[in-house]
Amino acid sequence: MNLNLRNDYTIIANRQLTYKTWVMTLRGDTGAITSPGQFVNIAIPGKYLRRPISICDYSHERGEITLLYDTVGEGTEAMSRMKPGDVLDMLNGLGNGFTTVGDFCRPLLLGGGIGCAPLLGLARALKREGKNPVAILGYNTAADSFGMDRWFQEIGVEAYIATVDGSVGTKGFVTDVIREKGIEGDYFQACGPMPMLKALCANLDIPGELSLESRMGCGFGACMGCALTTTEGPKRICKDGPVFGKEVIIW
Amino acid sequence: MVKNQEKSMAGDLSVSLCGVRLQNPVVPASGCFGFGYEMSEYYDIDMLGSISFKGTTRDQRFGNPLPRIAECPSGMINSVGLQNPGIDVVIERELPKLKAVFHQPIIANISGFSIDEYVECCEKIDRQEQVEIIELNVSCPNVHGGGMSFGTSCDSISEVVKAVKQVARKPLFVKLTPNVTDIVSIGRSAVEAGADGLCLINTLLGMRIDIMTRRPVVANRMGGFSGPAVFPVAVRMVWQVANACGVPVIGCGGVSTAKDVIEMMMAGATAVEVGAANLVNPYACKEIIETLPVEMKKLGISSLSEIIGAAK
Repeated sequence: MNLNLRNDYTIIANRQLTYKTWVMTLRGDTGAITSPGQFVNIAIPGKYLRRPISICDYSHERGEITLLYDTVGEGTEAMSRMKPGDVLDMLNGLGNGFTTVGDFCRPLLLGGGIGCAPLLGLARALKREGKNPVAILGYNTAADSFGMDRWFQEIGVEAYIATVDGSVGTKGFVTDVIREKGIEGDYFQACGPMPMLKALCANLDIPGELSLESRMGCGFGACMGCALTTTEGPKRICKDGPVFGKEVIIW
Repeated sequence: MVKNQEKSMAGDLSVSLCGVRLQNPVVPASGCFGFGYEMSEYYDIDMLGSISFKGTTRDQRFGNPLPRIAECPSGMINSVGLQNPGIDVVIERELPKLKAVFHQPIIANISGFSIDEYVECCEKIDRQEQVEIIELNVSCPNVHGGGMSFGTSCDSISEVVKAVKQVARKPLFVKLTPNVTDIVSIGRSAVEAGADGLCLINTLLGMRIDIMTRRPVVANRMGGFSGPAVFPVAVRMVWQVANACGVPVIGCGGVSTAKDVIEMMMAGATAVEVGAANLVNPYACKEIIETLPVEMKKLGISSLSEIIGAAK
């Protein structure tokens, strides 16, 4: 049985959340999605390469996918101009995704900026597995935040915000929230900028996994455009990742 | 009567490359399809004419630093830099995995940094069953002191081809770089040195600069430009070389559709490699193979091999 990665998806909503962050909901075949933390690769009319965007949330029952994206270049700016009813050609269910089963009960979901996106679907999946996750979302300043903590609270997941300048939530980094609130976890699952991920690995003495970002060629393991040297040898961020155990990363 | 007509109109897609029969001319190009078996998750790759596997060197190579990829108008730049696990691991680990899911002739793409390295790799890969063609990559623009440096002068291409021909029993195709003044003279030198066929074109050396950061987009600064934008350059060079060099040619460069395959064959290609198109559509080769009979029927082509070099 061959995996059908490529399908057309209809945009049902595309809404601006901050000066740079948008949320897009699409309807179509979600069959290729097997884990939270996987990503889609979107064909943008007029652009040659697809644009990889992590899946924020998904529902197999409703056949819906939610994407959170920052407008950081021409591709994502084009996405922000798309309207409900527009159809996107996407490769779906790419990458390995986060772990949702295993020997842990209280995972800390740690996001930085747009890296908070995949943690929502992850939180939902962890709840289904009987885990008790807590989400801590880090931003530079209040203008970057759009109240995503409430999205977690709506699905019954405790959530906190940290901002570097203290304009909303705890002043500092996600690790300052952990310290200040006395949050204890037995695993961490993080997505955000590399300096943040590096700091988490240095400061948290619990096991964990990280979702990495990279400029990609194909997104499905064919081109070696996003290779990473790990303790287990060369890996492809798109195919062997984007989620890697913290122990395999060489800083 | 009608039935017979339909049958004859189904068309013959097969081609022969130096006696190696391919069920159709469509071949994923080296570096755009991994070692092939990974793609069998997505469709039955046994439908392909052949597979040119990821460029392999003697020693393991991690390749160039990230980012390695840049967007371009109708194309892309890559500076992967021949990342591969080395010839011995390819033979022990990757080739058996490919053979388990692929039962057509395999094209082995071999690269190197010295003549000895090319010879050693070709000698080893030549002994592998199901590897029916060796594709000598003297055209990788992404490594220093190897790859393309062998393919940019008549003397050096001649030297490496002569050395490899001493050990290769299987047909040797030399993959040419377009980054030369006169591709015909380079092709002729390769043929005079013993090349059984030529494959062209590898990527064009290109560059993008991020105007916000004022830095090159790819970490290696320059990379290989490919995609539909280079197709007309590839067609022109295939036409020139096929008409001048008298050996079978594998056409490559920007091919994305069945019509492109037909155009490339009319330019003189016997088989056609599909590169960047696989990266934006993992089903590109499958769709091309499925569309070829439709396009052939429209054009009144009963056998693809008849159109090779039709454009005079």
